[in-house]
Amino acid sequence: MSGPSTYVPQSGFTRWLDSRLPLLRFAHDTMLSFPTPRNLNFWYAFGAILTFCLGVQIVTGIVLAMHFTTSAMVGSVPGSSLAFDSVENIMRDVNYGWLLRYIHANGASMFFLAVYIHMFRGLYYGSYKAPREVLWILGVIIYLLMVATAFMGYVLPWGQMSFWAATVITNLFSSLDQISGGLKVGSHIATWLWGDFAVGDATLNRFFSLHYLLPFIIAAVVGLHIWALHVPGNNNPLGIDVKGPQDTLPFHPYYTVKDAFYVALFAILFAALVFFAPDLVGNPDNYIPANPLVTPADIVPEWYLLPFYAMLRSIPQKLVGVLVLGGAILVLAFIPWLDTSRVRSNRFRPLMKQFFWLFVVDCLLLGYCGSQGVDATLVGVPLVWVARLGTIYYYAFFLLIMPLVGIIETPKPLPDGIAKSVLGASAAPAE
Amino acid sequence: MRFALFAGFALGLALFQPAAAADGDPKPLKDVSFSFEGPFGMFNRADLQHGLQVYKEVCSACHSLNRVAFHTLDEPGGPGFTEAQMKAIAAGYHVLAGPNDKGETLDDKGNPLTRAGTPADHFPPPFPNEEAARTANGGALPPDLSLIEKARAGGAHYVYSLLTGFHEAPPAGFKVTANKYYNPYFIGWNISMPPPLADGQVTFVDGAPSKIADEAYAVATFLAWTGEPHLEDRHRIGVGVMIFLIVLSGLLYLSYRKVWKDAH
Repeated sequence: MSGPSTYVPQSGFTRWLDSRLPLLRFAHDTMLSFPTPRNLNFWYAFGAILTFCLGVQIVTGIVLAMHFTTSAMVGSVPGSSLAFDSVENIMRDVNYGWLLRYIHANGASMFFLAVYIHMFRGLYYGSYKAPREVLWILGVIIYLLMVATAFMGYVLPWGQMSFWAATVITNLFSSLDQISGGLKVGSHIATWLWGDFAVGDATLNRFFSLHYLLPFIIAAVVGLHIWALHVPGNNNPLGIDVKGPQDTLPFHPYYTVKDAFYVALFAILFAALVFFAPDLVGNPDNYIPANPLVTPADIVPEWYLLPFYAMLRSIPQKLVGVLVLGGAILVLAFIPWLDTSRVRSNRFRPLMKQFFWLFVVDCLLLGYCGSQGVDATLVGVPLVWVARLGTIYYYAFFLLIMPLVGIIETPKPLPDGIAKSVLGASAAPAE
Repeated sequence: MRFALFAGFALGLALFQPAAAADGDPKPLKDVSFSFEGPFGMFNRADLQHGLQVYKEVCSACHSLNRVAFHTLDEPGGPGFTEAQMKAIAAGYHVLAGPNDKGETLDDKGNPLTRAGTPADHFPPPFPNEEAARTANGGALPPDLSLIEKARAGGAHYVYSLLTGFHEAPPAGFKVTANKYYNPYFIGWNISMPPPLADGQVTFVDGAPSKIADEAYAVATFLAWTGEPHLEDRHRIGVGVMIFLIVLSGLLYLSYRKVWKDAH
């Protein structure tokens, strides 16, 4: 869709620059004139929202790092650590440090909220299907990097939940001992990750280093993600190809203003969390300094990882549980080829649409299972069994339903073109 | 279809009944309201000052307040002491003085050298180390109170419920462990802390009533401030930010409508 450039340098300097480094031409073609389907709805604003989130996390993170002490060693406060103390210093003595930290901590939650909506949107409108497979896979890589970054960031304040989350997650690798005979490959990997024989100061230092590095890797992959988007152009709610200029609008001002509006709405929700409920999604235990001798009653991950946690916990065999956990994310990379339908958008897939919404409910249900104690029940059914059924449906959705429904389903007829469809819907509210 | 599914999901959640409370499960917290709750909430200065007095006269016998510096006592959003009052409070404490110019850390009698507190000092702890604290408290470690309300679900409601939750008779069949006390708000119901408050135990300087509930309410307010000293700033700035963002969103919405007028 990226056609010939429409950039015309307006001044002597820009003409000079354009023949040496066409930076302004690049910006013009990708951010201003880029032809964008005219029917993108609210759900397509999350690309801009996610860019906003990444920017917020990097800016607040850089300033927080200036005040953070990367050390698990005990400082002046007994039973605490320099890392924990420096976070409290940020909260108390650094000018507006509390604001930076609450933005950064809640920013992670807002980032995941946005990325999940973005992913479900891609799933619903078939945005992973040809010719956008690479775009989708880059997205899966970004998500994986986000999970790793968020996890390591959660460890940094060195509270009880930080410490025990680090212990539980790194110990997942020791499950490999079960298949490596006497070699104890998994334990060696865990030791290598810790830089010690347990989670400790060395672990904290390397987690900080990586937590600072990975966001820039994410930014680079986001660059590739946007590049891969700009080659075929945006998918759209109808899931049909752009057939000509009548189907598109220039990105600016149409989508800059639309995205800006939705980013502002998103910022309202974000600010409400930061200013009025900054500890809502946090765990109170993380305001207790890390103590290797006291295990918290419940070690639970942040909300955005609960569905995967529920899967892991529902499987009694540790190694299988770890593989199911990893596979649940990896399977996403294969769905461009698991989905056999020729129709992209679920608007025209009456059967798949039902399975899609069931999948959304399944993910929420798994998240709920992960948030509850191990012995909890739902309508008399032990939650561990609900989680098992949820895990089975999660995998079945990708491995069975996607290939089969594409074959047996009769899709609704597709509209002729985007422009025609928008004209027909002109009485409806803006989409 | 989707609504049916969501309805089904909601029904499923509604049918979920938590298991009947077992012995040791904490009771639901008491329903009190604090002035600092809600988006416009601010601390009540009198409650903060009373709370500090309760901490000084009661809690500080066993609990440290390591993260609170004296200079915060006269800062905006805090208890609202004057600078002179704050300095007097600081000077009323003895803090450890480092080595003197001869390199000594102990005085002639073998006691650690101390000096009067200054605004830069933090509240000194009641025990020199964890072992001393445990020895003096039957093996239990009284936690530092600086962050106690952020580190417990329910925050100020938890502290208030716990402090007013002694003196209830344990249910039949529940046996209170030796040297522990029954408190239904504490996980496991057996708490090592003896009932810390009594009616009239603290005589507030302004003559305010000092029943157990008043003392608990004041100290719960004070500990909310020690955990979150910039709460008032946060609420004040938050209201401004929300107004700004709502106006910005309105303007962006109007721009959006104008730009898109001919595109539909």
